Amino acid sequence: MVVAQRPNLAYVIIDTERCKGCRLCISVCPKKIIGLASHINQMGYTPAVVIEEKAHECTGCTACAIMCPDTVISVYRCDRVPSKPAS
Amino acid sequence: MTKFSISELDTVLYHRPESLEDYPFHFCPGCGHGIVFRLIAEIVDELNIKERAVCVACVGCSVNSYHYFNFDGLESAHGRAPAVATAIKRCHPHLVPFTYQGDGDLAAIGTAEIVHACARGENITTIFVNNAVYGMTGGQMAPTTLVGMYSTSTPGGRKPSLSGYPIRVCEMLSTLDGTAYVARVSVHNPAAVRKTKQAIKLAFRTQLANLGMSLVEVLSPCPVNWRLEPVKALEWLVKHMLPQYPLGEFKVIEAVAALKKGDRLCTKK
Repeated sequence: MVVAQRPNLAYVIIDTERCKGCRLCISVCPKKIIGLASHINQMGYTPAVVIEEKAHECTGCTACAIMCPDTVISVYRCDRVPSKPAS
Repeated sequence: MTKFSISELDTVLYHRPESLEDYPFHFCPGCGHGIVFRLIAEIVDELNIKERAVCVACVGCSVNSYHYFNFDGLESAHGRAPAVATAIKRCHPHLVPFTYQGDGDLAAIGTAEIVHACARGENITTIFVNNAVYGMTGGQMAPTTLVGMYSTSTPGGRKPSLSGYPIRVCEMLSTLDGTAYVARVSVHNPAAVRKTKQAIKLAFRTQLANLGMSLVEVLSPCPVNWRLEPVKALEWLVKHMLPQYPLGEFKVIEAVAALKKGDRLCTKK
């Protein structure tokens, strides 16, 4: 799976086929980067997905993963490229 | 913006715990059981007791726990989980049995078992998930149902004149001398979930240090039987359940407090 991300920023991966669309992650995300998908998954629910335009705002707080009742969310931080110092 | 693929080089901030099987939960959307199951699996991983932990499941929504946990589990008769855990602990003192019970199981049919397990001061851990209804059977009134709350068996709201008052289990059991650690926590927001994890971890450590009975009550939403959306159910929990069931630690004996204090000193260093 390929996700849009920037170096040294966190990103969220959601297993959409197991998501039950309870929206708890959407309600707790401080940056509101998670939203509901426009499709229905194999279980018949509308899963949560990361909104691509906002994906770079993820702070890696893991609030969504902590609240997810179905453990479908995992959070990573991209460390491969050192970040540029803020000028 | 550059596109990268997921690599092992990335730092994992959060991932599914190893002690949780790769098997989807059967719970309804937004159910708090999933959160508590995951927390227990994380704690078992962190304490490195996967080979010794034994989950004693009760009857209710938590009944399928043997599908989810990647360690030993045992199914008990309705409400009798503390008795089964007692037997496991007495016969195999090196194991770490814990019971996972709902409010219909622990506070209704299993009241005698939990009260006497606490009175004997058995060295076991109990996770008590309180969602104020009988979830699996369709939302009937449980002993913990709030006054005035609707359920399928109290269609006009629970009336004290007919069906009495809700039981505050933690307050009741903290008066018994055998209990070492009794706490009530909730899962209504990420901060509360983190506190829940700390409380459950301390309960397990109480057992590992042979200090006595530890019980953690977790207030959890049941969106389907409360007839609310998952997010609204959490708001309802905060508004109605927290005043009736105040959060906090009701009993922490000195030895457990020392365990807790030791943690803080370690983290400071």
